[in-house]
Amino acid sequence: MASMSDSNAVVASKGRWEHFPHAADVGVRGFGATPAEAFEHAAEALTAVVTHARVEPRHPVEVNCASPDLELLFVEWLNAIIYEMAVRNMLFGRFVVQIDDTRLKGQLWGEPVDVERHAPACEPKGATYTALKVAADSNGTWSAACIVDV
Amino acid sequence: MDLNRFTRMDATTWRIEPYGAMRVPAIIYADENLIRDMDDKVYEQAVNVAMLPGIVQASYAMPDAHWGYGFPIRGVAAFDPDQGGVVSAGGVGFDISCGVRTMLTGLKVPDVLPLQKSIAESLFRQIPAGVGSTGAITLDPASMEAMLAGGAKWAIRQGWGDSKDLERIEEQGLMAGAEPDRVSDRAKERQRREMGTLGSGNHYLEVQAVAEIFDANVAGVFGLALNDVVVTIHCGSRGLGHQIGTEFLKEMAIAAKDYGIELPDRELACAPINSDVGQRYLGAMRAAINCALANREILGHYARRVFDHFFPGNELRLLFDVSHNTCKLETHAVAGKRRSLFVHRKGATRAFGPGHESLPLALRSVGQPVLIGGSMGTGSYILVGRTTGEEKAFSSACHGAGRALSRHAALKQWSGRKIVDDLAAQGILIRSPSTRGVAEEAPGAYKDVGAVVAAAEAAGLAGRVARLRPLICIKG
Repeated sequence: MASMSDSNAVVASKGRWEHFPHAADVGVRGFGATPAEAFEHAAEALTAVVTHARVEPRHPVEVNCASPDLELLFVEWLNAIIYEMAVRNMLFGRFVVQIDDTRLKGQLWGEPVDVERHAPACEPKGATYTALKVAADSNGTWSAACIVDV
Repeated sequence: MDLNRFTRMDATTWRIEPYGAMRVPAIIYADENLIRDMDDKVYEQAVNVAMLPGIVQASYAMPDAHWGYGFPIRGVAAFDPDQGGVVSAGGVGFDISCGVRTMLTGLKVPDVLPLQKSIAESLFRQIPAGVGSTGAITLDPASMEAMLAGGAKWAIRQGWGDSKDLERIEEQGLMAGAEPDRVSDRAKERQRREMGTLGSGNHYLEVQAVAEIFDANVAGVFGLALNDVVVTIHCGSRGLGHQIGTEFLKEMAIAAKDYGIELPDRELACAPINSDVGQRYLGAMRAAINCALANREILGHYARRVFDHFFPGNELRLLFDVSHNTCKLETHAVAGKRRSLFVHRKGATRAFGPGHESLPLALRSVGQPVLIGGSMGTGSYILVGRTTGEEKAFSSACHGAGRALSRHAALKQWSGRKIVDDLAAQGILIRSPSTRGVAEEAPGAYKDVGAVVAAAEAAGLAGRVARLRPLICIKG
């Protein structure tokens, strides 16, 4: 998996996800044995854009999305999380994804934002199609990445 | 960037001749140092924009351009609807109508300094900033519709503003052609509790001092003198704009194929102006412009409340309120002919020159104030639109300093706590809910805003009027 990592990545977590630099915004990349697992870990990277503190998985939220291909579906997934973060004023720390062709069902677990404890750094506005890639490497490890506008 | 890839037209004009699928040239305005330091991605993205259908004259990038998504950030492009021209959700960006307003306090630095700390604390309490902050305003469905249709005028009707502001807000405070019913329920839901909030990232409210005057005549017309104190607010349409951007980006990325548009980059997602999705986007985007205008009017009202507490009877007079993430239908001279064009400005400030009919009479003789945000430590600039700006880039100028380092690199290099302490030692009080956010926005992570505005002036886009130095910065 190390071979897939961006040498410029400065925040990473146990090989599951990483951030990669972009001039004004930030890139998120998740790795996994399946696309669904890569999506789950990329969602952890999205939360880490906002906070480095632990997010307690207290309340479940379900999201459903659909897109014509896997890459668009990935952006849709991240945008579904961004939406739930915004309207519920929550952060999420645990994710389970099921992908069925062009449809995705996601479970998020999280808690309301605690400004003191989470010290949120910035608010993601939306996931973009820039540096968007969902693919498997020659070892069969999937990665899912794109730039998030903050 | 390799300068050999350009035809250098003059000291600040760098032209990429059309090649491949480019329909027009791409032009970057910058001095030699700025363009040398620019990311190669700016070149690539400016070239990609030049490939879009119906583009007129050239694809432009301002001196503070950097790698964006789809369009370069600080990109400008105009499209002709009668020549298959497109409107692009990516060309406007997520934070629709993000912009800057500057208000004159009528106070001098010595009036404010003894109260600087108390004003900072009060502004920090009164202005909801950062993730997890909620405003004092909750909109029900009827008020949401009224806000989206009414812009700053709506805010003033609610008692959150001053009708004298209207002539000094772009579109006189109300964007015509807004269609609230084109805005999805999800976008409205995202905005329900966000009116009167600052947001995060590079958004801020600053109390600033006029530190230098470049053009005494224009400064006089703008009402600016040395050591005057002003309040500047930088923010946009909050969650509503972000959600509209997200939804139309997807719809346009998928629909482009149906319209036979070959996208060099999916993020350039666009649709013909004269198409169903193009028209729906314009209606929704204009509603988001109204949301941003209303939001800045409300934030201005909060700032007024704080200043009125410390300086009873004090009036914060609006100098100007101008957006830098929009697509606007404007008339411009192209090769001697007036044409109606849809001008996209993504992180580029509209900069109308003297005589423009949309400007209030008090400003018309000199041109539009162009408000340029710098970083927390280095300060900001007020420029004025130039007549030459129309021919150069459809009356557009830069937006701010532009980042020199990514958020990551900034975070590695600086501690937020130390930045707050260092700036306090220089007389600049920072208040933010997030020290990490402060580190990511460290002054050193930004390019030299002085070089950017000097290049904008040399290129004939806008002229320098005054430099502002921060006294207080409320950072989201």
